[in-house]
Formats: sequence, structure tokens, C-alpha cells
Amino acid sequence: MYTETQILKETSTSLLNGEGELVINVGPQHPATHGVLHLVITLNGETIKKIEPHLGYIHRSIEKMCESLTYRQFIYVTSRMDYLSAHINNHACAMAVEKAMQIEVPQRAQYIRVILDELTRIASHELWWGALAMDVGAFTPFFYAFRERETITDIMEETCGARLTMNYMVPGGVMADIHPNFQQRVKDFIKLFKKNVDEYDDLVTGNVIFQNRLKNVGYLSPEDAISYGCSGPVARGSGVKSDIRKIAPYDIYNQVQFDEVLETAGDSFARYLVRVKEMRQSISIIEQLIDNIPEGEFQAKTKAVLKPPKGEFYTRVETARGELGVYIVSEGGTTPYRIKFRSPGFSNLSALDHISRGSKIGDLMATMGTLDLVIPDIDR
Amino acid sequence: MFSLKSITDSIQVWLSANLGATGALIAQCVIVILLAIALFAVLGLVLVLMERKVAARMQVRLGPNRVGPWGSMQTAADTLKLIVKEGLTPDGADKFLFNLAPYIVMIVAMLLLAPIAYANNFQIWDINIGVLYVTAVSSLGVIGILMAGWASNNNYSLLGAMRSGAQIVSYELSAGLAILTIVVLTGSLQISEIVQSQADGWWIFKGHIPAIIAFIIFIIAVTAETNRAPFDLAEAESELTAGFHTEYSGMKFALFFLAEYINIFIVCAIGATLFLGGWMPLHIGNWQAFNHIMDYIPSSVWFFGKVFFLIFLIMWFRWTFPRLRVDQLLNLEWKYLLPISLFNLLLVTMIAILGWHF
Repeated sequence: MYTETQILKETSTSLLNGEGELVINVGPQHPATHGVLHLVITLNGETIKKIEPHLGYIHRSIEKMCESLTYRQFIYVTSRMDYLSAHINNHACAMAVEKAMQIEVPQRAQYIRVILDELTRIASHELWWGALAMDVGAFTPFFYAFRERETITDIMEETCGARLTMNYMVPGGVMADIHPNFQQRVKDFIKLFKKNVDEYDDLVTGNVIFQNRLKNVGYLSPEDAISYGCSGPVARGSGVKSDIRKIAPYDIYNQVQFDEVLETAGDSFARYLVRVKEMRQSISIIEQLIDNIPEGEFQAKTKAVLKPPKGEFYTRVETARGELGVYIVSEGGTTPYRIKFRSPGFSNLSALDHISRGSKIGDLMATMGTLDLVIPDIDR
Repeated sequence: MFSLKSITDSIQVWLSANLGATGALIAQCVIVILLAIALFAVLGLVLVLMERKVAARMQVRLGPNRVGPWGSMQTAADTLKLIVKEGLTPDGADKFLFNLAPYIVMIVAMLLLAPIAYANNFQIWDINIGVLYVTAVSSLGVIGILMAGWASNNNYSLLGAMRSGAQIVSYELSAGLAILTIVVLTGSLQISEIVQSQADGWWIFKGHIPAIIAFIIFIIAVTAETNRAPFDLAEAESELTAGFHTEYSGMKFALFFLAEYINIFIVCAIGATLFLGGWMPLHIGNWQAFNHIMDYIPSSVWFFGKVFFLIFLIMWFRWTFPRLRVDQLLNLEWKYLLPISLFNLLLVTMIAILGWHF
């Protein structure tokens, strides 16, 4: 039996421990997490004191699954990691196998790969743009973004048969040649998109409310960006040069002219600007390549069964979200001994607690939106 | 030109001849209550459909188009669904307050239908403090919202209710001051007199720039007061899932939903009455022919046309702007709107005293 003083004592101490604190669970089902991310947020009124991300709700052991599949098969699973950058994931894995097997990829395949990568990047940024606008409370941009994204999805469908989880890049090139309509449709899309991206600026970028919601919110210093391992637009928003396409060019990225978009402000609005500008850069890359796709093989001649030599192989690419690394350990067999993916979303998420402490709960949505988290990419 | 007075008078005569004085009064009350409830239901259906169609237009899609012609029965079907749904009450909730809250919100919305002049000589209750009544009763709605947020025993609901409380209490000041400018110009709180004073021109034209400023402030403030985007922080679905009505389902949710739309109608009706002349047709100076043609349009058409124009404006805001943050919302009110409207009120008072308005 508790005495009255004991009860009083306990209540008063428990009050002191969590004084003025309110713990809310954002997710695993919540409109702003865009997936099954679970954040345990400690609030003081509206101010965030602490964020604990809980992962694992969509863990499918993709790395383990890849280890029991052959070098041709495992690439297909990776479309399900970061489903918005399916082509780029496949590209990274195909590159890793090519590096291991020392396969020379034909020029035509390299061109096709880069064009599709950039289309994927635009599609991913489109979706992010719409979803961010929805996170800060504007509904309409989402539909505008999807209108254009639909065109890209149609091009993808015609080229490789799928709209979301594409499996087009294989070791040695691409799976099939491009559709005869491909070039024309991409050019039509570019013409349309150039006009629409200006419309995006009119509707959202210049909006006072939108700028107020994003400026000075979720500040990430360059030092923190490096120490948390942030990459992609998140790091570039803080002024850290991290574009793999520039640092370690793969395929024909060293032959095209494009700028690495850098913003120095480090806040959510800087990350927003980086992505919007990146869409324009992707357009310029595609414009340079689309008319110059060389004739020839779309796939190198490879053996039916791939058996890379014993050793460790690592490749990295720039996905829409940042640096994706693929690390393969081969024992010389038909399946990899160990596969590890370095996913950009996981590192970017790790900075969330640091950059949103002390801000309002409304800011959390803006910050999380500009980190551009894709949960299956974080959990794998 | 057209007046419903002859119809209402004949009903009055017929009722008192057949039922006696008391019976006539009771019968009239019943008729009025039924009309108010019918208006409530019809407005709910029409406004929800209008919102969805407007949203669809702005978002390059079609909107509801399956149930009935042009999707017109969509809201009726939705209401039917909500009626037959189970009304859940969460375990930890304060059951009495939880179930009471939606009715308070709805009753407040219905009470506000009383003093509005829908057409020439068509008003339920022409109280002499009409404008004061509207401001007083509309602030009761926040009690229902706070009650819903607290009784749900849900952190999201609580946050939403707190936000809503802070927001509505703040923005009432600006809305009240904007209303006061017209009261100062008119010199009366009675809705029918305010409408009559605009027979030769609407206040938004007669009151010079201060009236336009007051109108803009009024629209901003009532958008916030009705919890509409960009001020929908109380519901902020990307932050608080659904804010104060997270735990509500079925018909109790529908009451909140309907009350929101009725509140929009009411504030737009007040705005139209104060600034845009209520049911008064548009008259321009000495253009006798033009004024005469305008008189031929029925007064109810004028009233509902103006109200629906304002409703469209508020819907337009919702589908265009992102949401403000809670501190920005309060900054906007206390640092900008309130000083401006106070100064504006002084200016209008000066204009009214010196008789500078038309």
C-alpha cells in the first residue's frame, strides 16, 4: 500500500522528469512520413525536444536475399529499394558486376543508361516536389507534379515495360534496345517540361508563405553534413560538393556538360532550390545526349553464368537522393558472398534529430520533406 | 422589385385566421426551424460538392462525376455512408464531452443562420444587435473544438485544439474590428439597416480605401476563424493527421465537416452583407437604365451570388496556398493585421465623423 506522501513524492518526481513534455508517435502510419517511418517525438508545447526514428517496419532483408541470387538475378530486387530511383539502383548494381567481371559496356548502352538515369532523377524530384508542397499544406502542386511525372512513366513503360519497378539495366548494358519512339517522346517531354518547371517556380518557389515555411528551418552546417554522412541534394544544400557524377564520373558523365548545383544556406529552402535546379540540369544532360545516341550494340557479349573472381568490388552512383554504394564480396561462386548497400536515405535520416531540435512541429514536416526520405531505401 | 413579403404576409394572415395568435406563432416557429434545417442540409451538400469541383478544376482533374449527373449526388451518397457508419468512441475518451462536442459546433453554426438577410424582407430574426450577435455566437464554436480536442484523449487532437483556440481567439479581434468599421459607417448593428444603408452603393465602394482594407482583413480573418487553409492548423493533416477531429468517425465527424462548410457560408454571408450590400443590387450613380435592369434580378440571386463569390475566393485560397506555421500565424495577426485594423478603424471613424464617404 502506498501512503499519501509516497504517491505525492512519486507524482512530483515523475513530473520533474518529464515536465512539460508531450510524447507523440508520428507514424508508422502518418500522412507526412510517406511510408512506414516511425518517429517518437518529444515535444514541449509545439517545440521539438527530441526525435527518435524507429526503423524496421518495411525491412525485407534485401541484402540477404541478394546473397542467395545469382549476379544476374539480384539486380531485379534492388528496384524495390529506392523505388523512385529504380533505374539508378539497377545501374549501380550492374556497374558493380561489370567491374567484377571486367565487362566493357558499349557506348550506346551507356548513353541509354545515362538518359534513363536522368529521366528517373526528374521523375523522383517531381514526386518529391509535389509531396513537399503537400507536407507544408498546399495540395495542388502534387497534381501538377504527377501530370509531368506521368509522361516520364509512360516513356519508361514503352521502353522497359514497367512504370515503377523497372528492371532494364543488366550487366553489360541494357536489357533491350530502346523503342523507336523513345527519342521523339523524350524530346517532346523536354519541351513540355521546360515550360512547366517555370510554372512550378511561379506556383511554389516564389510563394511568400512557402518561403517563410522553409527558410531558416532545419539548418544543417557543412561540418554536420559531412559528419552525418549526408549526400546528394541534402549535402549540396549545405554547400558540400558531393555529386558522384562529378567526383567519380561513371559511364559517359565525364563527356557531358552540367553544373553541380550548390547552395550554401544549409536550410530547407536551400535543399529545395538544389533539387529544383537539378531538374533543369538533368534536362540539359538529356538534351546533350538524346540526339547523339550512337548506333551499335545495346548489350555487351557476356557469359551465360557470371562468376566474378574472388575479391571485393565497390561502385557508387548518384541517385536522386544521394550516394548509393554497392559493395560486393565474391568468393568466386555464382552468387555473391556478401552484398552491402550504402543507401543515401539512411544517412540523411540520421541528421533529422540534430537539425530539427528546437523547431516547431510544423517545421518537422518541412525538414523531413526536404530530406526526401524514401522508407524502403532506409530499411531495405 | 421582387419581394417575398406578399407571400410571407399571406401565410401570416392565413395562419392567424385558422389557428389563433398562439397557434400561428408556434406554426411559424416550426416552419422557420424546418426551413433552417433544410437550408443547413442543402448548403452542406452544395458546398461540399462545390469544394470538390473547384478543387478538381484547379488540380487538372475532373472531380466527382459518377453519382448522379455531374456528380451531383456524390455528397448525398457520402452522407448516407457516414450515417450508417459506426460512431466509435475511444476507450480513454471523456464520453459525455466527446459526444457533446460535435453538436455544440453544429448548434452554433445553426444559430448563426438566424440574423442573416437572405433576400429582400426574408430574414429569420431581425435582431437590433445583429452584428454583435453574430460575433458573439460565432466565438462559441471554439468551445466545441476545444472540447473535442480535450475529450478525445489523443495528443494530436489536443495539439489541434490548442492551436485552434489560440487561432480563433486571435483572429476574432481583426474580424471584429473589420466589422466595426462598417458599423461605424452605418451607425447601426441591425443587419436590415446595414443592408438598407447600401441602397445607393455598397460600402466597399462608398467607404474609400479604408473599407477595402477592412474587407481584405475581414476575408483573411474569417478564413482563419473557419479553420480553412492556409490557416487550417487545427486540422493540419500533414502534421496532426486530422487535428481535433482525429478520433471522430461516422456522423459525429460529418457534423464537424458540415459545420465547417456552414461556417464558411455564414462568414461569407456576413462579408457580403457588410461590404457588398447584402441583397442590394449593383447600382452605379446616375445610370438610371442600368440600375433599373439590375433591379430586375431577384434580391436572393444577388445575395447568394455575392456569397458564393466569396466562398469561391476562400476555396481558391485553400487550393493555392501552403499552410502557415503556428508562430507565423500568430505573428501575422498580432503584429500586422491587428495594428492595421486598429489604425484603419480610426481612419474610418474620421471619415464617418467628417462625412467624407458618399
